Amino acid sequence: MEAEHEGSRTMIEEDEILVNGGNDSESRRHRPIISGEQLDVEAYAALYTGRTKISRLLFISEKCGVATMQLEALRMAYDEIKKGENTQLFREVVAKIDGRLGPNYGVDIAWADAVDRRAEMRKEKLENELNAYRTNLIKESIRMGYNDFGDFYYAHGHLGDAFKNYVRARDYCTTSRHVVHMCLNAILVSIEMGHFSHVASYISKAEQSQDALDPVTIAKLRCAAGLAHLDSRKYKLAARKFLETGPELGNNYNEVISPQDIATYGGLCALASFDRSELKSKVIDNINFRDFLELVPEIREAINNFYTSHYASCLEYLGNLKANLLLDIHLHDHVETLYEQIRNKALIQYTHPFVSVDLHMMANAFNTSVTGLEKELAALITNDQIQARIDSHNKILYARHADQRNGTFQRVLQTGCEFDREVRAMLLRANLLKHDFNLKTARRH
Amino acid sequence: MNLNMNSVESLVAQIQGLSGNIAELSQLRTYLKHSDDLLRAESPRLAPVLNELDPSVHSLGYLYILFKEHVLLLEDPIRGVAPLLTALRKLQMSSEQLTTLHPEFLVLCLLSKCYKTGLSILEDDIFEVDQPRDLFLYCYYGGLICIGQKQFWKALELLHNVVTAPMSIISAIAVEAYKKHILVSLIHLGQFSTSLPKYTSSAAQRNLKNFSQPYLELVNSYTTGKISDLEACVQSNQEKFETDNNLGLVKQVVSSLYKRNIQRLTQTYLTLSLQDIANSVHLNSPKEAEMHVLQMIQEGDIYATINQKDGMVRFLEDPEQYNSCEMIEHIDSSIQRIMMLSKKLTGMNETMSCDPAYLGKAGRERQRFDFDDFDTVPTKFNI
Repeated sequence: MEAEHEGSRTMIEEDEILVNGGNDSESRRHRPIISGEQLDVEAYAALYTGRTKISRLLFISEKCGVATMQLEALRMAYDEIKKGENTQLFREVVAKIDGRLGPNYGVDIAWADAVDRRAEMRKEKLENELNAYRTNLIKESIRMGYNDFGDFYYAHGHLGDAFKNYVRARDYCTTSRHVVHMCLNAILVSIEMGHFSHVASYISKAEQSQDALDPVTIAKLRCAAGLAHLDSRKYKLAARKFLETGPELGNNYNEVISPQDIATYGGLCALASFDRSELKSKVIDNINFRDFLELVPEIREAINNFYTSHYASCLEYLGNLKANLLLDIHLHDHVETLYEQIRNKALIQYTHPFVSVDLHMMANAFNTSVTGLEKELAALITNDQIQARIDSHNKILYARHADQRNGTFQRVLQTGCEFDREVRAMLLRANLLKHDFNLKTARRH
Repeated sequence: MNLNMNSVESLVAQIQGLSGNIAELSQLRTYLKHSDDLLRAESPRLAPVLNELDPSVHSLGYLYILFKEHVLLLEDPIRGVAPLLTALRKLQMSSEQLTTLHPEFLVLCLLSKCYKTGLSILEDDIFEVDQPRDLFLYCYYGGLICIGQKQFWKALELLHNVVTAPMSIISAIAVEAYKKHILVSLIHLGQFSTSLPKYTSSAAQRNLKNFSQPYLELVNSYTTGKISDLEACVQSNQEKFETDNNLGLVKQVVSSLYKRNIQRLTQTYLTLSLQDIANSVHLNSPKEAEMHVLQMIQEGDIYATINQKDGMVRFLEDPEQYNSCEMIEHIDSSIQRIMMLSKKLTGMNETMSCDPAYLGKAGRERQRFDFDDFDTVPTKFNI
């Protein structure tokens, strides 16, 4: 097994050398054509359940900018809301549709009123029940009561109240299973609200009760942690969490995230933040994650192409995905940054093994113009990310190897000068202080 | 001391009598200090008196009469430079001592533009100071002279001394020095750290920034690296710079940004056309870029060759290989210097550890007394 693994690695490396050497017909042969087709809203929405489906649809309708797609998303959101009890959201969506979908998608006042009435009654019932439980001091029932209240508010779209009630149940948890349940509820609501600091804290709470964690719950917690890190722009940590997500997740967490998302989020974060060896060991050789990647072949191809140094096709895959990723409720904010980081890393990795690089060939490999490439490289060199200098006349990039001996001499002399100056300044200050001190004592006498 | 202080004649007699040896000189010094008022009152009559005195013999007295102001009155500051230097050397117990004459001498040097003569006394390391005010002025004027001679490195050091000197209240000298320090730092180093070092007096920490707002704005726009930002900032604060008499330095700051930007290009490129240089540092024409590059090569800021045929500049590495005899001598001399300094430091540390007042205070603060605890030298400098 080990030997075989080694064999495949050397083969990949040979392949890479060939391509880096400028044989770019190789990379063209590899490149299947994928079109930047428009997002299939229906297929996309089918991946999710519950509230996230609605919020994702609404998000798409807001961002897509294409009228047909917008209406399609709104129509599905309308249908979905009708299955639930969130009248407030219902009214908002109806206002957004604005009669454009015909009479079937108008304000259904009768439905809304019926739902509101039922909600009022249910709320009263729940309140009575909870009060009864509280007077009787039955811990388990009180917990259930708060939990029901949380569910009730969640269903009606009062996320803040839902969160409060779920959290209140905490004091009445008697087993670690209850704690985990409470945490999952709190995490779900916090993700909906976009309060990712809560998410992180409830994940760590849930992880404390090890014995009650089954593989599915662990996978759920990993996803949520990944989302929390993604939100705080810690892409490397986010990538780790998504990569640790077990295949048990399946479709069990569709109210938050689909397995496809795991592959996309994890893959992109890993591309942007991992180095080559990590990419190999943690992504490509990761059997668990491979299952996820199979769901989004574009990302899988992008990662493989990146690893085998077919940067142009990697970037092309990513470029095709971009429009759809911008419609993703969690990723849209990070797409630009992630893409920039991936591109920079690709540029850095490309130049790394060479003493000199022909910019024309490199521009080919990245599907860009020589002048554009020169600007990108110049920026990277100024930020000290590439140790090289550009021969702008002959369009060649030369690696720069710092002369350690000269550098040491330079540093030593400079340190000497600084020492000299600082010691003299210090002696002078000390003498001034002494003078000040003398003055005071003289005055005292 | 009960001498007759009433007439200029007796004063002259005293000077002539007491210029013989060191002991008498110090007596004369005290005497002259007492007759300050007289000199002021009699100032119109002093010019002829000068003729009676031989500067080489009676230099101290000569100079007291030849007050800086009088030289100025004669609108001929250069006349005071040489005698004042002689006097200064005679007054000094050692080259490490700062005398009252130091700042006066530097002012004369500044006014008469004898910067080189001024530099000669700035080369001494000053450690012994009687009057902090003398030191402030000495460092400030010294800084100006070094700026005039483009010895920015030394100027920074002197100005830094003023800014960070211990003081209980902020002085105008320190404020002006801080402003100049900012400008020189930008010109010479291309950056300025707005946080003052820890040892700076709290008075300076609190107040300096309030007094030099336009300068700090200048620093901010400089660090963006954009010529347009910097020029806008200079425009909007032009009046303030002008009233501070710093406009010339501010202009040097602007031109140093061009240099800085060109220098940055040398880190990134091996060859670059003059046109590209002009574009990336926002110069109007390749011709102008060529002038800048040429000047920088001359001043040793960059190592490059210009190929006029195709308008290409080739940037080279620093040719210094650190293997010449001169370099070894240079290294050796700085090692010697540093050894000398650290010896001094140790000496001072020892004197301080033996100082009764210090021991008394330190002992009171700490019950258990351990010699090593009172190492006043920061660990950074322990060799």
